[in-house]
Amino acid sequence: MTALVPDERAATATGRPAAGWRLLLDSPVNVVSAVVLLVVLVVALLGPTLAPYPVNAVDVPAALQPPSGAHWFGTDDLGRDVLSRTLVATRVSLQVALVAVAFALVVGVGVGIVSGYAGGWLDTVLMRVVDVMFAFPVMLLALAIVAVLGPGLTTTQLAIGIVYTPIFARVARASALAVRVEPYVQVSRTMGTGHALILRRHVLPGIAGPVIVQTSLSIAFGILSEAALSFLGLGVQPPRPSWGRMLFDAQGFLAQAWWMALFPGLAIFVSVLAFNLLGDGLRDVLDPRQRSLLRTRRLLREARR
Amino acid sequence: MSAPVLAVQDLRVSIGTAEIVRGVSFAVEPGQTLGIVGESGSGKSMTVLAATGLLDAPGAVVTGSSVLAPAPGAAGSPAVAGAGAGTTGTQLVGASARTLRRVHGDRVGFVFQDPSTSLNPVLPLGRQIGESLEAHRGMTPRQARTRALELLEAVGIPEPAARLDAYPHQLSGGQRQRVMIAVALACDPALLIADEPTTALDVTTQAQIVALVQALQHDRGTAVVWISHDLGLIGQVADDVTVLRAGEQVESRPVLDLVDRPQHAYTRELLAARPLLGQSHPAPAYPAAAPLLTVEGLDVRFPVVTPTGRTHVHAVDDVSFTVRRGHTLGVVGESGSGKSTIAHVLTGLVAPRAGRVDLDGVDVLGQRGAALKALRRRIAMVFQDPFSSLNGRSTVGTSIAEPLQVHGLARGRDGVRRRVGELLELVDLPAGWADRYPHELSGGQRQRVSIARALALEPELVVLDESTASLDVSIQARVLELLARLQAELGLTYLFIAHDLAVVERVSHDVLVLQRGRVVEQGPARQLFADPREPYTRALLAAIPPVRPRGAPEPA
Repeated sequence: MTALVPDERAATATGRPAAGWRLLLDSPVNVVSAVVLLVVLVVALLGPTLAPYPVNAVDVPAALQPPSGAHWFGTDDLGRDVLSRTLVATRVSLQVALVAVAFALVVGVGVGIVSGYAGGWLDTVLMRVVDVMFAFPVMLLALAIVAVLGPGLTTTQLAIGIVYTPIFARVARASALAVRVEPYVQVSRTMGTGHALILRRHVLPGIAGPVIVQTSLSIAFGILSEAALSFLGLGVQPPRPSWGRMLFDAQGFLAQAWWMALFPGLAIFVSVLAFNLLGDGLRDVLDPRQRSLLRTRRLLREARR
Repeated sequence: MSAPVLAVQDLRVSIGTAEIVRGVSFAVEPGQTLGIVGESGSGKSMTVLAATGLLDAPGAVVTGSSVLAPAPGAAGSPAVAGAGAGTTGTQLVGASARTLRRVHGDRVGFVFQDPSTSLNPVLPLGRQIGESLEAHRGMTPRQARTRALELLEAVGIPEPAARLDAYPHQLSGGQRQRVMIAVALACDPALLIADEPTTALDVTTQAQIVALVQALQHDRGTAVVWISHDLGLIGQVADDVTVLRAGEQVESRPVLDLVDRPQHAYTRELLAARPLLGQSHPAPAYPAAAPLLTVEGLDVRFPVVTPTGRTHVHAVDDVSFTVRRGHTLGVVGESGSGKSTIAHVLTGLVAPRAGRVDLDGVDVLGQRGAALKALRRRIAMVFQDPFSSLNGRSTVGTSIAEPLQVHGLARGRDGVRRRVGELLELVDLPAGWADRYPHELSGGQRQRVSIARALALEPELVVLDESTASLDVSIQARVLELLARLQAELGLTYLFIAHDLAVVERVSHDVLVLQRGRVVEQGPARQLFADPREPYTRALLAAIPPVRPRGAPEPA
């Protein structure tokens, strides 16, 4: 009856079990992703000060130069330094993605869990609205919203946020539906626990896994959506640089100046990948069962040493 | 002695550095039944899966030998003892996928625990039974269908011709398990593996399935390996018994010998834990106690949508009973008898259509707002499944603290922590376990946590809905002891819902027998068990495995 589960016995032998963040950093993939995101974040904050040239310093004689000592990432068609522009663009791209996804997360998860937990007519109404939003292609909807509100940074964020809201609502509702019928939620109801506490204590943690994965994916897609909107001229307005805007500008020069597209493209690729990988790592650490597995692996490794 | 159908020698399974099965040997002869007993986690299923080449765990390494006798000349002839004697058998450990495919379904048939998941929900029964016949015997679909009809008849499915085109969801659990047996026996296998085949079934259905397997075995001379955690059941079906504990073969002997002269302490423990009739009764409670809970004319219907329109299931039909303070009312019946629905009405999960429920002067069904919340404190419920009734993302302490916070029963962080510790100690768990997660605990430990959470409410009535049904017999016995102790110490009143009459006898002062939502019989436990009036009650009692294995003389 009192026999300890093996991993626990090991944990008590070596003192306190490892904390969550230690486990997260046990995996080299997570460490690399975290470091990359940290760098991206620092660049976003300090971009203009790090940039060797002013963003919009036009130098037409030096246009379309390949990477060199003076211009590490080369120059674009107007002779602007690609490195400087990529660094400065980080803030805009990241800001749009984060603000938009935060909006979608709060609104979508809120709508989703209320809808899934309450059920009945409220669920039907909310989900039909979500269905209608889903019926439009993502870009079309974003374009329509931007067209109505006028282009600009704020509207871009709002448009992307609105477009991603139904995805979060769906994910949250599906998980909430599954959690709602779990016996442990029924137990809470028989004990007289209020709906707010049940939602906070049982439903929200229960949906954390899928929502975190969706968030990391959405931030990645948010960066891409901003790029697409800016590419169409409806997002961030020139001369302010964003990664998508830079790709747009580069498309006419792909044959002559690969560096114009490569470096902003790489920036998108690296940050998107880092967000996805760290999202997966976070999900594992937040799940108690996975966490025990990671802990056991850690102890096994230590024992072997 | 005839040659064994399956001979297993020093079978070992290890995953990583852990050895799960440590050198198990057994042999089973034609027409004989080998019982394998042990608690969950003892490696019973692992042993048999490894021996038959079905083990599909990543990284599992199987060593040892498991030899299946070669096919006899006269396949399908009734009970030819020794027909399996031949030149060389098939080695199943490390056999190629091709060899295993040829053997499975043809020479070895399998029946697993859960009949609702082991049948394919989208195929008609006839196709599922005929599958192995078409694969192994080269039968045409038409021939296979004819044979499937015979098999359905043999396993006692009513209207077999009509059932050939039925789907699994149209059958009851017991019928599905009969179909699984038909599937397993389709090719007349020399060996039938039954892995807890009756654990998910009611006692009466269990008795029918046991009788069916024995009859078929008698007719066909099939060797059977029967896995169960219940030594009482194994005593009823097996000729030889192997007791496993933590992957080790503790004892392996003929069943009568084992029951009469258990050598190993663990075997004695298992024997003592069997739920048997007439073995123990609850401590007497104050006989003149006032009624705590009175239920009158309870009626619950659930709407169902069928192809022919809306209709309803009458889950509970005019049920009345009282529970006296400090007493235990045992509620028994097969699945679908409305036992759990009554529990759900009492705890507010289901609204009844009619009826009155009175808890010590308070109308249970008519409360709203703060009065309802106060009422929820007085009736606590412990669910059946210890795995899903605790939130896997919260620590044990958080789960137990929830009722304390909701009803303001402990002050401050330290107060809550202290009370959680007290409650854990009350159910015989260390107070320090508050920081553990449910997946770190065993089933019995989890159920103790569930009980501690129910007790946190300081309730007057505790509804135990099959709370020990999913536990191993030995652990069940310990949880029942705990419940009895808590009742004596805290003066609790229990509504004990179960399908196992032996367990009910052990804890109940009064008993209520339900069948299809109606009360069949009710009365004081001693009287009801000594002199059951209704045929249904007698059928339930008769279905319990007897104290002694079949065919054994009564002990002196």
